[in-house]
Amino acid sequence: MDEHTNQVTASTGAPVIEPGHTFGSVTDKISSIVLTRPTSTGWFVGFGVAFLLTMMLLYAIAYLFVRGVGIWGVTVPISWGFAIVNFVWWIGIGHAGTLISAILLLLRQSWRNSINRFAEAMTLFAVACAGTFPLIHVGRPWLAYWLFPYPNTMKYWPQFRSPLVWDVFAVSTYATISAMFWFIGLIPDLATLRDRTDKPALKIIYGMLAMGWRGSARHWHRYETAYLLLAGLATPLVLSVHTVVSLDFASSIVPGWHTTIFPPYFVAGAIYSGFAMVLMLAIPIRKIYGLEDFITKTHLENSAKVMLATGLIVGYGYIMEGFMGWYSGNRYDAFTFWNRLHGPYAFWYWSLLICNLVIPQVLWIRKLRTSPVWLFLISFVVLIGMWLERFIIVVVSLHRDFLTSSWGMYYPTRWDWMTYIGTIGMFLALMFLFVRILPMISIFEMRTLLPEAEVKE
Amino acid sequence: MSSVNRFGEQMKMEEQNGKPRRADVCPSKSGKLDLETARARIADTKGPEFWRSLEELAGSPEFREMLHREFPKGASEWLDSASRRGFLKLMGASLAMAGMTACTKQPLEPIVPYVKQPEEVIPGQPLYFATAFTLGGYASPVLVESHLYRPTKIEGNDQHPASLGGTDVFAQASILGMYDPDRSQTITYLGDVRSWGAFLAAIRGPLSVQKGLQGAGIRILTQTVSSPTLADQLRSFLQIYPQAKWHVYEPVNRDHVLEGARMAFGQPVETQYKLENADVILSLDADFLYAGFPGSAKYIRDFAKRRNPENGQMNRLYVVESGMSSTGAKADHRLPIRTGDVETLARVMPVVETINSNPPGLNGQQQAFAAAVWRDLQSHRGPSLVIAGEHQPAVVHALAHQLNQTLGNVGKTVFYTDPVNANPVNQTESIKDLVADMRAGKVDMLFILGGNPAYDAPADLNFADALKNTNIPLRVHLGLYQDETAELCQWHVNEAHYLEAWSDGRAYDGTVSIVQPLIAPLYGGKSVHEMTALLTGQSDASGHDIVQAYWRKQHPGADFDVFWRKSLHDGWIEGTTFTPKQVTAKGANLSTSAQADEHAVEINFRPDPSIYDGRFANNGWLQELPKPMTKITWDNPALIGPAMAGRMGLKTEDVIELELNGKKILAPVWIQAGHPDNSVTVFLGYGRRRAGRAGTGAGFDMYALRSSAAPWFTNGLVIHKTGDTYKLASTQSYQTMDTPDGATRPLVRTASLEEYKKEPNFAKEEQPPAELTLYKPYDYKSEAYAWGMAIDLNACVGCNNCIVACQSENNIPIVGKEQVVIGRHMHWLRVDAYYQGDRDNPKAYFQPVPCMHCENAPCEVVCPVGATVHSTEGLNDMVYNRCVGTRYCSDNCPYKVRRFNFLLFQDWDTPQYKMMRNPDVTVRSRGVMEKCTYCVQRINQHRIDAERADGKIQDSELQTACQQSCPADAIVFGNINDPNSRVSKLKAEARNYSLLAELNTRPRTTYLAEIRNPSPELEGEHG
Repeated sequence: MDEHTNQVTASTGAPVIEPGHTFGSVTDKISSIVLTRPTSTGWFVGFGVAFLLTMMLLYAIAYLFVRGVGIWGVTVPISWGFAIVNFVWWIGIGHAGTLISAILLLLRQSWRNSINRFAEAMTLFAVACAGTFPLIHVGRPWLAYWLFPYPNTMKYWPQFRSPLVWDVFAVSTYATISAMFWFIGLIPDLATLRDRTDKPALKIIYGMLAMGWRGSARHWHRYETAYLLLAGLATPLVLSVHTVVSLDFASSIVPGWHTTIFPPYFVAGAIYSGFAMVLMLAIPIRKIYGLEDFITKTHLENSAKVMLATGLIVGYGYIMEGFMGWYSGNRYDAFTFWNRLHGPYAFWYWSLLICNLVIPQVLWIRKLRTSPVWLFLISFVVLIGMWLERFIIVVVSLHRDFLTSSWGMYYPTRWDWMTYIGTIGMFLALMFLFVRILPMISIFEMRTLLPEAEVKE
Repeated sequence: MSSVNRFGEQMKMEEQNGKPRRADVCPSKSGKLDLETARARIADTKGPEFWRSLEELAGSPEFREMLHREFPKGASEWLDSASRRGFLKLMGASLAMAGMTACTKQPLEPIVPYVKQPEEVIPGQPLYFATAFTLGGYASPVLVESHLYRPTKIEGNDQHPASLGGTDVFAQASILGMYDPDRSQTITYLGDVRSWGAFLAAIRGPLSVQKGLQGAGIRILTQTVSSPTLADQLRSFLQIYPQAKWHVYEPVNRDHVLEGARMAFGQPVETQYKLENADVILSLDADFLYAGFPGSAKYIRDFAKRRNPENGQMNRLYVVESGMSSTGAKADHRLPIRTGDVETLARVMPVVETINSNPPGLNGQQQAFAAAVWRDLQSHRGPSLVIAGEHQPAVVHALAHQLNQTLGNVGKTVFYTDPVNANPVNQTESIKDLVADMRAGKVDMLFILGGNPAYDAPADLNFADALKNTNIPLRVHLGLYQDETAELCQWHVNEAHYLEAWSDGRAYDGTVSIVQPLIAPLYGGKSVHEMTALLTGQSDASGHDIVQAYWRKQHPGADFDVFWRKSLHDGWIEGTTFTPKQVTAKGANLSTSAQADEHAVEINFRPDPSIYDGRFANNGWLQELPKPMTKITWDNPALIGPAMAGRMGLKTEDVIELELNGKKILAPVWIQAGHPDNSVTVFLGYGRRRAGRAGTGAGFDMYALRSSAAPWFTNGLVIHKTGDTYKLASTQSYQTMDTPDGATRPLVRTASLEEYKKEPNFAKEEQPPAELTLYKPYDYKSEAYAWGMAIDLNACVGCNNCIVACQSENNIPIVGKEQVVIGRHMHWLRVDAYYQGDRDNPKAYFQPVPCMHCENAPCEVVCPVGATVHSTEGLNDMVYNRCVGTRYCSDNCPYKVRRFNFLLFQDWDTPQYKMMRNPDVTVRSRGVMEKCTYCVQRINQHRIDAERADGKIQDSELQTACQQSCPADAIVFGNINDPNSRVSKLKAEARNYSLLAELNTRPRTTYLAEIRNPSPELEGEHG
C-alpha cells in the first residue's frame, strides 16, 4: 500500500497525504470534526470574540448611515481612504481560493485537494467583506443600487465608461461564481454528512443541502462536468477581477495610479496576499484539528513557493514604478515616487518594502519554508505589507497630486478602524462557523488521493 | 395681558449675573429644561454643531414639556378665542428666544391673497434695488437682488463711480448678517423683554430732567458717522441739549490719517488717489487693495487697469510694510521692515542720496531700496504717488503729503477733499474723554448707538469696567447683537440691519447714497435715526420720514419726488461728490517719533481681513473665508517671520504668550513668509464672548493688549514659549509651487515685463492634440454658445470677493473649524496663494481656481452613475439627484475643485436661512458632490430672456457671480464661439495659458500669465 500512496505526491516528492489512510479513515476523520467532536471552549471563545467584532462592524455601519461618510477620515483631496484600501485588500485575499480551486484543478495539481475547500470558503468570506466596502463608502448608500443596470422608470442607466461599473460586474460575477463553485463542490460531502449523522434535524438540513445526491455514476458524471465547467469559468476571473480593480486606479489620471503595470502587478499581489491568508488559516487549523496528515508540509511548502514567486513579481512592480517615475520624465510621476520615499508617509512606504520585499526572501531557505511557525509569521507580515501597499497606492498617491495648493493629509478616524477590524471579525466569525458546520476539507477529493482510488488495469 | 406679565416674570434675571431668579415663579425642578438653560445650551454650541443640537433640543421631550410648562394657562386659553392670540404671540416669543423665530409670520388680521399681481413683481424674476453698505463710515454702493421681497444677494452697483460693479467681502457677506438668527430680536431691560413703549416711558422722565440741565449729563457714543441725516439729527440734538456731548469711537479708525492731514495742512482733509494715473506707486504700509481701505473697490479697479502690459504703460508698485498684505503680494518690489521703521524711511527719502552713513533704523540694503525708489519716483514726477497707511503715525502721513507735493503729484494722482467723516474728531481722545467723564460721575444718561466698546475700546481705558461700575443711572445700547456692551447696559434696543432700515451715507469720494431697506425689519428693530429722533422728541418718526425730510431740506423745490426717486433708483445723489480742495502742505520740519531699538520686538494690531474689528464675528461666511495671505479660517494666530521663528525655535501652531506692558495673551504662532524680523502681527476681532453661535469663543482677544497710546503698533513685546500647541484651520497648508523634491511646478506662470516683451508666448505650453482621447471629441464650434472663462492673474489682488459672492449666489454651506482642519471646506471657488523665492521676502501670487470645465473632463468618464456630464455648450454639469457619492470624480480631478458633502453641512432647518437662499440654485444635501457650475442658473435665465426677445445672449449682459463682484475685473466669462466677446479676445492674448495643459483636459477656464514690472535698478537684488 505504501508504494501506492507514494504515487500521489507533489512534485517535491513529499507526500500530500500521510500514509496509512483508507477511504474510511479519511471520511471518519473529516466528518467527525463536524458531527461527533465536542465543540471546544476555544471555539466558543474565538467565535465569541469574532462575533463581537462583527457587531462592532454593524454598529459602525449603522452610525455611518445615520451621519454620513464624514465620520471617516476621508476628505478632499483624499476622498478614498480606508474603505477602498480594505476593499482591494480583501478582494485580493480572495484570489488564492479561486486560484487553488480552479487553476490548480485544471492543471491537475492534486495536492490542492486538501486545502481547496477552506480556501474557497475563505474566498467567499473575503469577497463578502470586500463587497461591503464599496456599498457603504458611497455618500448616499441607499442609492448604491444605481450602479447596477436594471430597468427603471427614471431613465437611469449606469455610465459604462467608468471602471467602477466594471468593478460592479467583476465583483458580483466573482462572488456568484465563487459561491456556486464552493456549493457544488460541497454537495457530495453534504450527502456524506447526511448519511453519517444520527440527529434527525441535521439529517433534514444536510439532506436538503445535498440536493438528493446519491453518489450514482450518473451523478458523478454530471458533477465532474459541472465542476470542470465552473473551474473553466472561474479561471479567467483569477486574472480579470483584480485587473478590473486595478483599472479603477490605472485608468485615472492621478500620478501613482495612472500606470499600465497595475493589472499584472495587482493580480500577483492578490495571489500573494491570498496565499498568505491561506497559510494563516491552514497552519492553526491543521494543528488544532490534528489534520497534519491531510495538510502536510508539502502544502505549506508549495504555498510558500507561490508566495515567493508572486512576491517577486510584486517587487518587480515596485521597481518599475520607480523606474517609470524617472524614465517618463513626467514631473508629477517623479514627485509621486519621491514622495513615497521621503514624504510624510515615507515610514509606511519603507515598512511596506520591508514587509513585502525583504522579509519574505527568507522563504528561499527550505527549513523556514517548511516551518509552520515561521510561515505563519511571514504570512502575517505579508498580509500587513499588502494592506500597506494598498494604503500607499490609494492614500499617498492622492494626498499630493497636481496642484500643490490642494495637498492634504489623511488621518483615519476610530470609525475607519472599527469598520476595518469589524470586517476581520466578520471574516473570522464566518470561518469559525464554517469549520464547525461544514467539512473543511473535501472528503471525496481526499479519497481520490488514496491508493484505493487507483483504478487497477 | 396677564400672560405677558407672567412671561416677563419668568424671564426675569438677576441684574448682571445672568442667573435666572425663577425658582419661585416657575414650577420647574432641577434637571428639567427651562428657557435659560436652553439658551445656555445653545450658547455652548457653535458652528454646524449648533444646528443639530438646536434641532435635538426643539424635538426633545424636555423642550416640549418646557414649552408646555412655560404657559400652563395657555392650554385653557385655546377655548377663549380672544386670548388665543395672546397665546400665539407668546408661542412666537418663546421660540424667538431660542433662536427659532418664524420670520414669515402671517398677520393675525384676516388677509386676502392678491388676484392682481403687484407691479414689477414676477415670481421667479428677481428685482434689484440700489442701496449702500457702510463700514467705518464709508458707504459702498451696492445693488441687492430681491426675490419676492426677500433680499438674497449683494452685488456692486455698476453705475456708481465708487463701485463699478465691484464690492468688498464685508458688503458681500452682509446678507448673511441680516438673516443671522443670533441677532438681537427684542428690546430688553436687564435681560427682560420690553416693548418700545416701555422704553419710551423709561427715558422720557430722565430726558426732561436733563432738559433743565441743558443735557449736561447726556453722552452719546456713535461709530464713525458719514450719514448727513444722522449728523444733522445729532447736531440738532446738541442744540436742544447744548451741554450734552457726542463722542465717536470705532476701534478701526482713521485718527492718524486725519491727524496727519491736520499736521500737513492745518485741517482735516480726505486724501483721494487716482491710481489710474500713477506710473510709480510707493505704499508706506498702506494696504490699499484690502477691503477695509476706503474706496478699495475703485482703487483695485484702477490699479488693475494699469497692470495690463498690452494696454498702455504698466505701473510699478513699491511696498514698504511689515506684515505681508495682499498689496505687498502684488508689489513689484516689497521691503519688509518693522512698522516703526517706515517713518525713518519716509523721512530720509528726499535726501537719501546725499546721506553717506546709514540712517538709524535702516540698513544698507534698505537705504539702497529707498534710494532706488526715490530715483524712480523722481523720474516720474507728476504721475507718481506716495500712499501712507492708516496704521502709520500722523507724521508719516504728513511726510507722504510733503512727498506728493515735492513730486508734483497733487492734482494728478492725489487730491484732497472735505472729510467724509461728519465729525472728524480724534476718536481715541473722544472715548478717553467719555471714560473720564463716566469715572468722574458726570454721566447720567449714556446712549451707545452701535458699536461694541465694552469689547473693543482701548484696554487701558477699561471701558467695560467704567460701564459696569460707575453707576450711570441710564445706559442704553442700540445694537444688532446682545453683545458684550449690551450685557452691561440696562436697556438694549435691537437695531435694524442696514437692509431693513432707511439711512444714508457717503462713499469715499463724498457721494451720498440713500440706504433703502429691502425688507421690513425681521425682528422689528429700530434704526439709529429713529433712536436719535426719539432723543429730540420725535418718538414716532419713521426712518423713511427722517431721511426724506432731511433731503427735502437739501433739495427744496417741486421736483423733489423726481429727485428722490432718481436718487433711490440710481443708488446715489447727483451732485454730492466732493470737489477737490486746494491745500498746501506746510514745509515745516515735522517732529520725529522716538526711534525703536533695532532688537526691540514690535507688535502690530490689524483689523482682521475677514471679520474686520469683530463686528462680523458671527458671520459664518466671513469666519470661514480664508484670509488672503495665510488661508486661515476661524482664528487669528500671531504672525511672525521665518527669521524670528528660527531664532526662537517656534513652529506654526506652537502656543506663545504675548506680554505687553504686563498684560498677557496666549496665541498660536503662524510663520508668515515675508514678515520682518523682530515684529509680530496680530489681528483684532476674535475672542468674542458674546458674538453668537459662530463667533463666540473663536480665536483670541487681541484688544486686551491694545492701548489708546499705541492703537496700531508698539515696541516692548515679550514672547514666552508655552510648549502647548493649537490647531489652526488653513485651507491651503502648502503655499508654494516648489515641491519638496526641489522641482517647481508651473502653476502660476510669471515673467518680468522685459522678458514678456522679448518672449510674449512664454506661458504657452504645447497642448496634446485634440484627437488624443479615447472618446470622440464633440464639435463645440457648431453650437451657438461655448462658455469659457479667462482669469487675469495680473489683475487679481486676492481680495476674496469672488469666494463670498459665489457662496452667496450658490447657497454654499459653511462647515465649521473642525471640518476645515480636516480639509472639507466647501468653497466652489478658491484663491490659491503661492510664495516663491526667499522666505524672508518672497514673491507672492494669487490664483483663483473655479471649475475648469474641461472639454475632456477627467471627472466625467469615471462617474459610474453619470452624475457629472457635459453639456453641448461645454459646461461640466453636476446632476445632484443622480450623484450617489463615490467621490471618484474628485480623485480624478487634477484641479481638486470638487467639493463633497461628507456630512449634512447645509442648514436645512433655520427659517431665516431658508429666506436667504437663492431660489434658482438647488440646496445640496449630504452625500453628494458639488462644484462650480459657471453659474448655470444665470446662463439659463439669460437664455430664456434672450429667446423671448428672439435674440442671442449678448456678451455684456451675462456675468457669473464671481465676475460680477470682482473689483479688479480679473474674471471674464462669456461665449468663446463669438470671436468678438471679451473672453475670446482675452484667450487670444499671448499671455493666455491652460493650467496643467499637458494632461489634455482642455480646460475652458484659462489664465493670463502674471507680468511683474520690476525696477531695473533693484531687479538684481531681489531676483
